[in-house]
Amino acid sequence: MIELVSHKLCINCNLCVQVCPTNVFDSVPNQPPVIARKEDCQTCFMCEAYCPADALFVAPESHTEIAVNEDDLIESGIMGEYRRILGWGYGRKNNSELDTAHKLRQLPRPYQS
Amino acid sequence: MAPSPENWNKVSSERYRLGKNLANSRWIERVIEKTWLSLPLVENWGYRFPKENGESVRQSYYGPEYMRVLRKNLLRVGVQILDQSPALELLLANDGSVAGARGVQRQNHRTYVVRASAVVLANGGCAFLSKALGCNTNTGDGLLMAVEAGAELSSMEASNHYAISTAFNATVTRGVPFGWASYTDEAGNDLGGYINGRRDPSFLPNALLKGAVYARLDRATPEVKAVIEKSHFIAFLPYKKAGIDPYAERVPVTLILEGTVRGTGGIRIINDSCGTKVPGLYAAGDAASREFLSGLASGGGGPNAAWAISTGQWAGEGAAIFAKSLGAYAHERPMHPVGQAGLRSQFPTSKFDNEAIVRGVQAEMFPLEKNYLRSEQKLLDSLAKLETLWQQVQINPKQDTVRDVEFSRRAASMTAVARWAYFSALHRKETRSEHIRVDYPETDPNQVYYQATGGLDKLWVRRDWVSETTRATSPELTTQTTASV
Repeated sequence: MIELVSHKLCINCNLCVQVCPTNVFDSVPNQPPVIARKEDCQTCFMCEAYCPADALFVAPESHTEIAVNEDDLIESGIMGEYRRILGWGYGRKNNSELDTAHKLRQLPRPYQS
Repeated sequence: MAPSPENWNKVSSERYRLGKNLANSRWIERVIEKTWLSLPLVENWGYRFPKENGESVRQSYYGPEYMRVLRKNLLRVGVQILDQSPALELLLANDGSVAGARGVQRQNHRTYVVRASAVVLANGGCAFLSKALGCNTNTGDGLLMAVEAGAELSSMEASNHYAISTAFNATVTRGVPFGWASYTDEAGNDLGGYINGRRDPSFLPNALLKGAVYARLDRATPEVKAVIEKSHFIAFLPYKKAGIDPYAERVPVTLILEGTVRGTGGIRIINDSCGTKVPGLYAAGDAASREFLSGLASGGGGPNAAWAISTGQWAGEGAAIFAKSLGAYAHERPMHPVGQAGLRSQFPTSKFDNEAIVRGVQAEMFPLEKNYLRSEQKLLDSLAKLETLWQQVQINPKQDTVRDVEFSRRAASMTAVARWAYFSALHRKETRSEHIRVDYPETDPNQVYYQATGGLDKLWVRRDWVSETTRATSPELTTQTTASV
């Protein structure tokens, strides 16, 4: 579930308010948005993908709340991971051409007799 | 998703085989062809497919990027997109044809009305708020909207698709990486899970009914890892964030209900344009019954994506032709909203608790022992409980905020979908594909029909024979007889 809107990184663009499919955030004038309805978060990571400032952290735990430390998360380099994987953002090239799904059928299957 | 033409025969005959005599070869072929011909369009809009020998390989896509490109193109051609604005009910003209839709704007705290000459329902199936990746916006609203307007549903017994995920991140339902998993129990004993070198689809649900199951992707070679980490990157994001090495560590796994999203059931389409019984109303993607493509089996990710790409275009063309036929006075037609349960009530007593309704529906739909291993007695028990919930959503919905309006309506939709699913499941007295009846374990060669279904207070099912030659003489229409079934 969404656990963090980093006030150190957020640029108050409110894009997450717009893209969240389940309307979890509320915008606040001249401030970062707040996580207003955490119980509606479905852990889809979409807000992270769209956040231009890598300011959001969706914890992988989908059904339990966990405590996170903003400084530790920023330090670890995990912020914005989904966006990096997709290759989204200024100065990046999106990564869809790295898709390997068409090679799946050629892979050795461990249990194929 | 889009096999190249040299593989079309192989893929379409394999798809027909998986449909266990309920799929339709002509539809399989037209879906494959339409999808293959459409993907170059998506490339023109800016989607970058992988290349091999300088040629684009248009056989799969990254979901978020595909959606971004699609949206960008819609805005470019001048389509108005209402974000955060779920549609909740349809509007009908006096002649019974569709005249638009009505919904709420969550962030503007108001309702909205769109008058339209034709409507395409593309608002997904129902995964019962299971949190399967991105599925919590799929709460069956489109199915309820369609039935209230006079449309029918079909193959609703195929609404119990479960997908594997890790237990800590019970949302990412990507099965492919688990193709290289070893499964163990709590004590670390190997559980097998494979028959004749293939994954046994009945293994995991049965193992989970007995106790905890752990998976470790330890059969993946470096070559395999390189491919699956790029084809199913979303499956590896939770591991990375949680600091888990899925190739080395045992991780508890579970099954999440994806309902009709990866299952088949949905709005019954009656012609090649994906039209419904309601003039001007069309259905596409997960909202439409996918029975022609996959019978009662799950299409799986690729075929279901192909279904969305092809039916979306056919429904759109059908809707456009219908709209044009109405002429200039279409928007002057008198119209009325047709939403009922969860929206309006004649009983101004207390208000129903939408969270309690949702929990009640989930308690009947989530458990493997009820929805994966079905039997007459269990279905009747569940239907009786769902009937009580259906009566509860007839009283006043809580509508103090737009969130209340949306959530009350979705509670009614989920209840309705659960009833259609189990009423259909009750009447298909055989085991076929994902519809497993422990009291009828065999596939019956005489039950080669689709089950149409519908009804609000009184449910019904009807047998629609796949072809005239398979038509039997038994009664075709069964209507719910008593309130508690």
